[in-house]
Amino acid sequence: MADIILKAAGQTLTMVFWSTLFSVLLGFIPAIILTLTAPDGLRPNRIVYEVLSFLVNTFRSFPFVILMVIIIPLTRAIVGTTIGTQAAIVPLTACAIPFIARVFENALRETNPGVIEAARSFGASDWQILFRVYFKESIPRMLNGIILLTINILGYSAMAGTLGGGGIGDIAIRYGYQKYSTEYLVVCSLILIGFVQLVQSFGNWVYKKLS
Amino acid sequence: MIVLKNVCKNFDDLEVLKGVSIEIQDHEVYGIIGQSGAGKSTLLRCINGLESYQSGEITVDGVLVSQKDKKQLRQLQKTMGMIFQNFNLLERLDVYDNVALPMKFWGINTKTEEAVNKINSLIRLVGLEDKKHSKPAELSGGQKQRVAIARALVLEPKVLLCDEATSALDPAITREILSLLQQINEELGITILVVTHQMEVVKQICQRVSFLKDGRVLAEGKPEDLFIHPIKEVKAFLQEESTLLPATGVNIQMFFTDKSSDPVVTMMARELDMNFSIVWGKLEDFRSNVFGSLVINVDESVRDRVTAYLDKEGVSWEVLN
Repeated sequence: MADIILKAAGQTLTMVFWSTLFSVLLGFIPAIILTLTAPDGLRPNRIVYEVLSFLVNTFRSFPFVILMVIIIPLTRAIVGTTIGTQAAIVPLTACAIPFIARVFENALRETNPGVIEAARSFGASDWQILFRVYFKESIPRMLNGIILLTINILGYSAMAGTLGGGGIGDIAIRYGYQKYSTEYLVVCSLILIGFVQLVQSFGNWVYKKLS
Repeated sequence: MIVLKNVCKNFDDLEVLKGVSIEIQDHEVYGIIGQSGAGKSTLLRCINGLESYQSGEITVDGVLVSQKDKKQLRQLQKTMGMIFQNFNLLERLDVYDNVALPMKFWGINTKTEEAVNKINSLIRLVGLEDKKHSKPAELSGGQKQRVAIARALVLEPKVLLCDEATSALDPAITREILSLLQQINEELGITILVVTHQMEVVKQICQRVSFLKDGRVLAEGKPEDLFIHPIKEVKAFLQEESTLLPATGVNIQMFFTDKSSDPVVTMMARELDMNFSIVWGKLEDFRSNVFGSLVINVDESVRDRVTAYLDKEGVSWEVLN
């Protein structure tokens, strides 16, 4: 049992880590475009904002299981296979990008508009305001978003397991649910609870350090 | 010198500035006073290019403030530091880094000895040496405004624009900030333009003031001239309680807005050989000079003699009903 659980925990960590990393990197781009083109942004542009916003909402509203199936061709193109832990990272990332894009957008746009005006009054360029003001002031809020994302991806990774991704969630379903093993169910649940607590505590600690 | 000629500005259908013309001399402390919504802050934002304006002309030392030439506008913004009602400091930077920030926008290396010395000397000027590495959240309102002042001076501007800079502060702190601004004006020779709805700000530091209402300048001049003998609109703005005056006789208000120390009132009593009662009076402090007005009540029969005397002495007066 310990071997099975340990292996699964490793798979979960791999899925969560890489999908979080990729989605944060890729989600940052639409977040910046949304922030810049928002009505109160530095380069307001209704069309760009509304279109991108619509896309983000559309992808966010897909149930994860369906999204996973829809993007099978993409997964195959990137990883070469659609089964396994690596393959699960693709739909997890795809699902997380619109989520984190919206979370980052909100974090960035919470920046005090007075501070942005002050920066403009000193002759700061839009790029300087974006990175020296928006980004810098939003780091703790963005970090909170990443913690939220990590916990969400952990939940989705259980579903990804059913498509051959493996992981704790997969073990919980196969051994705990399908084989009626209460023991597996309890151990898997405890591990997931512990993992969420750990991530959240770490997040709170870093947030405190940063702000 | 900042020159505004017939500046008009509207937000869609809303006219905010309706032909404002003002000239602000170098090294002057100039005030723009008026109620909220009068267009004061918009005017200030037009001057340093944070807002565009539809017609008219704003020049700073002969250079046109215009959104068309962004590069030139940026150079102009460098010569005008600005402070705000809500301080607008970066929460995640300490005092030192907040002061240094404008330098970074201009690609100035903040690690050189010269830059470090300048930042430190400004922090010393505003009296925050012991708070150099504190975050804004650890500072009081007055201290935050001091940081903002140091930040506004770090690019060595010629003009300091103050947008309701003391409106969020209590009276004692307001006085401290105002005397700091005065010190900056005197020691560094920086022109200061303050926008405010607070009378005490104008009275304490402004050499000249404009009264703005509904996007128009209704009065301009020395604060004492504007406020001791106010026009109707200024009176409404000041919301002075109406004075309770005797119903019999004639009430004559005399205005004292120059520094002449002639004891006009007692001189008049002696010269005209008459008695009268002082029924109302108000004295105010303007940049450490005391100016004010007195109301005397005289008998109808001596009215013409009194007014003739006041004219002769050059005292402005008004008969109150």
